[in-house]
Amino acid sequence: MHFTKDHEWVEVADGVATIGVTAYAAEQLGDVVFVELPQVGKTVKVGDNLAVVESVKAASDVYAPVGGEVVAVNDQLTDTPEMVNAEPESGGWFAKLKLSDPGAVEALMDRDAYEAFLRTL
Amino acid sequence: MRYLPLTKDDRSAMLAVIGAPDIDALFTDVPQSARLSGPVDLPPHMGEIEVERALSALAAKNRSGAHGPFFCGAGAYRHHVPSSVDHLIQRSEFLTSYTPYQPEIAQGTLQALFEFQSQVAALTGMEVANASMYDGSTAAAEGVMMAHRITRRPKAILSGGLHPQYAEAIATLAHVAGVEVVRQPAAIDGEAEVLGALDGETSCVVVQTPNVFGTASDLTAIAEAAHAAGALLIVVVTEAVSFGLLKSPGEMGADIVAAEGQSIGNALNFGGPYVGLFATRERFIRQAPGRLCGETVDAEGRRGFVLTLSTREQHIRRDKATSNICTNSGLCALAFTIHMTMLGEAGLRQLAAINHAQARKLANAVAAIPGVEVLTPRFFNEIAVRLPLPAAEVLEALAALGIIAGVPVSRLAPDAGLDDVLLLAATELTTDADIAALTKELAGVLS
Amino acid sequence: MTMQTIGRPTRAEAIVETPAQTLTGGRGLLQHEPLIFELGGWEKTGVDLPEPDLDASDLGDLVRTAPVGLPGLSEPETLRHYVRLSQQNHAIDLAIYPLGSCTMKHNPRLNEKLARLPGFADLHPLQPQSTVQGALGVMDALAHWLKTLTGMPAVALSPKAGAHGELCGLLAIRAAHEARGDARKRVLVPTSAHGTNPATAAFVGYAVEEIAQTACGRVDLTDLAAKLGGDVAAVMLTNPNTCGLFERDMIEIAAMTHAAGAYLYCDGANFNAIVGKVRPADLGVDAMHINLHKTFSTPHGGGGPGAGPVVLSEALAAYAPTPWVIHGLDGFTIVDHAPEGSASFGRLSAFHGQMGMYVRALAYMMSHGADGLAQVAEDAVLNANYVKARLGQVMTAPFAGYCMHEALFDDRWLDGTGVATLDFAKALIDEGFHPMTMYFPLVVHGAMLIEPTETEPKAEIDRFCDAVLALATAAKAGDAERFRGAPFHAPLRRLDETQAARKPKLRWRPGDASRVAAE
Repeated sequence: MHFTKDHEWVEVADGVATIGVTAYAAEQLGDVVFVELPQVGKTVKVGDNLAVVESVKAASDVYAPVGGEVVAVNDQLTDTPEMVNAEPESGGWFAKLKLSDPGAVEALMDRDAYEAFLRTL
Repeated sequence: MRYLPLTKDDRSAMLAVIGAPDIDALFTDVPQSARLSGPVDLPPHMGEIEVERALSALAAKNRSGAHGPFFCGAGAYRHHVPSSVDHLIQRSEFLTSYTPYQPEIAQGTLQALFEFQSQVAALTGMEVANASMYDGSTAAAEGVMMAHRITRRPKAILSGGLHPQYAEAIATLAHVAGVEVVRQPAAIDGEAEVLGALDGETSCVVVQTPNVFGTASDLTAIAEAAHAAGALLIVVVTEAVSFGLLKSPGEMGADIVAAEGQSIGNALNFGGPYVGLFATRERFIRQAPGRLCGETVDAEGRRGFVLTLSTREQHIRRDKATSNICTNSGLCALAFTIHMTMLGEAGLRQLAAINHAQARKLANAVAAIPGVEVLTPRFFNEIAVRLPLPAAEVLEALAALGIIAGVPVSRLAPDAGLDDVLLLAATELTTDADIAALTKELAGVLS
Repeated sequence: MTMQTIGRPTRAEAIVETPAQTLTGGRGLLQHEPLIFELGGWEKTGVDLPEPDLDASDLGDLVRTAPVGLPGLSEPETLRHYVRLSQQNHAIDLAIYPLGSCTMKHNPRLNEKLARLPGFADLHPLQPQSTVQGALGVMDALAHWLKTLTGMPAVALSPKAGAHGELCGLLAIRAAHEARGDARKRVLVPTSAHGTNPATAAFVGYAVEEIAQTACGRVDLTDLAAKLGGDVAAVMLTNPNTCGLFERDMIEIAAMTHAAGAYLYCDGANFNAIVGKVRPADLGVDAMHINLHKTFSTPHGGGGPGAGPVVLSEALAAYAPTPWVIHGLDGFTIVDHAPEGSASFGRLSAFHGQMGMYVRALAYMMSHGADGLAQVAEDAVLNANYVKARLGQVMTAPFAGYCMHEALFDDRWLDGTGVATLDFAKALIDEGFHPMTMYFPLVVHGAMLIEPTETEPKAEIDRFCDAVLALATAAKAGDAERFRGAPFHAPLRRLDETQAARKPKLRWRPGDASRVAAE
């Protein structure tokens, strides 16, 4: 699993990246009440808006940490957005991207580096 | 100064606590060059007697609706409002409270808003309604913006029966949002014309029923065609009493309803404040403008209400908000809700039937005048009539005889080529004697 | 003596302590009130209307066949329902309403009476102009007062609220740029701005960029200079700003803005602090909306209606929206349609604006006069500084010095108490007060913004400050329980906003079981 400074995680298997927000981010957001997911088939570049996650008091953009085509989204979040709080780094995933550049993920932080980053905040 | 409680002694004592030598010291951040050295050039303060005298004198220069026969409509209607409505909205706790951001001490406002939303959804036949907009026209303009966000298409088609001043309000916003507005030429019964303009670029068609000429139409076929083309149908209603007699926009397939609620609970007020009704489908709610009140429970499990889905709104989403609206028409919405509660299903239907009946009498009476032609084929409580003379001139002549005989189309749309068309509305306040007086004097003016 | 043995105990201590919960959920004067949908019937009505005298109808299948689904109540039931609801609201007539940035001041009832005169309330917007000369006279007089108080040459009356006024101002600015063929892209807004400012700029098609703030709570001129450029359409400022501070460099900011070919928009939400003392024209402002429901006391009504006339500089006057009133030899005329060649950006709404609010605001202005309005600003500023001085003994203010009409505190003083700004505010509810504005402006952590307004007597401000200070003492003494669950004594406890947003229930539906009994 890799991480970004925007508190997103990426897990790659067979050229497909699963993307979600970290446990730290889920804690900071508070109770998630709504998630707006991208359309399957949409192509995104690094830094594009991928999704929106809302709590009662804030709406936050989720940026694409890697580029590629959206091949699946987590429809469960539509009815049970609380999954983001309950299982941020597993069942609460947002979308799966077929990577345009399978190597891009290596530029992101590993867990140790991310945890070190969190300690600086 | 009767509204200012501080005494001279209070002011000195407070300055001492603050540690400031005088009031001027508190304004120290204001550049000296921008401070006024004395009072502005306006009259000094006045007592209640003088203010009342001055403003009553201005009021007396106006001819109020109750003064004699009165037939104006065209988007604002003169109806009877039960006395209890005005009494209740002047309760301090409703009149002098703020937007209900602290729900624990604002349940009165919040529950009334929830009742309002429920009534509006039922009346329009839609799934959800918001907590009000400024008026019907701004609700319509926001509807067009919302359709643009949902469909991501660039074009809005406005029917020729849409109130021209609604069309102008829509065009103002559309221009800066990059939405192309296709305004169809004024047509008394031409709603179906929008079908010809529908294409793959169309985000929405905006159709009014009863339209500005009074014509009521079934919009089912338009809804179907719009949906087939991937566009939304926005239905505008300017006479809310018509909901009591006519099929609802929801039944006909509307995606967004933008209506003027003034007719229920609110006076004519020379154009404002009014109350915009805004209703839509549940699946579009996150794209809707304005406040929403929702049901929930408190820490002890008791039912309560809060403002919700606020992440759409400006105070949270800022430049990505669905609208910039903040203050809406809360107290007018409350008046609407109280009046609608007093009417109930039975009262509303009866009220609508009376309006329709009086309009039929009006239409029959004026149609009998030589040279006058009723143009509206199917109406609720308003008709367009063609006169043998320019309508504005006839209107002035009748005003001099004590009759306010409606609204000339030239007032709304000077370029429509309908200078000889007059719009006349009847409501439950229109008496048979009013109609008889109009008929007599109109015949006289025309002969 | 004769012995009277029948009677009731008249001393409080003789009465046993009451159980915490009542049997029905009612509490003294407070009733738990069901929805109209749970009270009424489909046949009930509170009006007596005559039978319709309908000969026939050619509406055919346009006629509704399905019921609307509306409950009705008789008149006494309606009165009781809404009076019971009203009793669950806080109101300015009950106690200080210290919401910063909201200017919750006294609402004179004279103004209500005058707005309801049939000569104003029973007028149709489109009736012949010869029959509404007095109404047009009100509009003309209001325009005169607003122009004189701001020093600006023009005013557009029709905007229906503050945000609508912002829209009007930015539409005029955009039209002015477009008229020169100068398409500009950006609007600069400070981080501390009301949310309506960036929302409006985006609505008008501009990209929004934030301006940084200095350590003393004002616009950072260096940052402004760096961000100003040939593609900036406008700078939107609030003055006094949302930290309750006067932007001391306003004249220089205006000069910088104009030098870049941009316009200076001022959010007039805080005009109450300077009315009659400072004219925005003398600060270089090009457009400013005036919330009649704030500075000029038209009632806020639980969320509106408001009114937001916009004063415009010479440079923008030509772009004002229709309609407008002109004063000719034979009286007033309202111009509904811009004449050929006019630069007007168009129409904002169907009719002329908020006439009911114009009458109220004009009555308020005439009651105060030029002398009284200056006194309004002075007393508003005095009251806020008094609050700042009294509460500043315990609470921490992010910015030193005098404030204008509102006093801003942060939450540093709560560090280590386990009490957050929200908890503190909710505890104030238990003490019988409406909380201050919280968590706004966004530039201050855990912000608490207090605006007493000029219509609060010293005794009421002292009562409020005493309550805040007593709570502060409790918080510092470790009595966190008093705060965390608060309010305990309001009509309801804290509401579950998460549930409301996750499973939105925005209307009553047939079949909804009344949960009143669940208490």
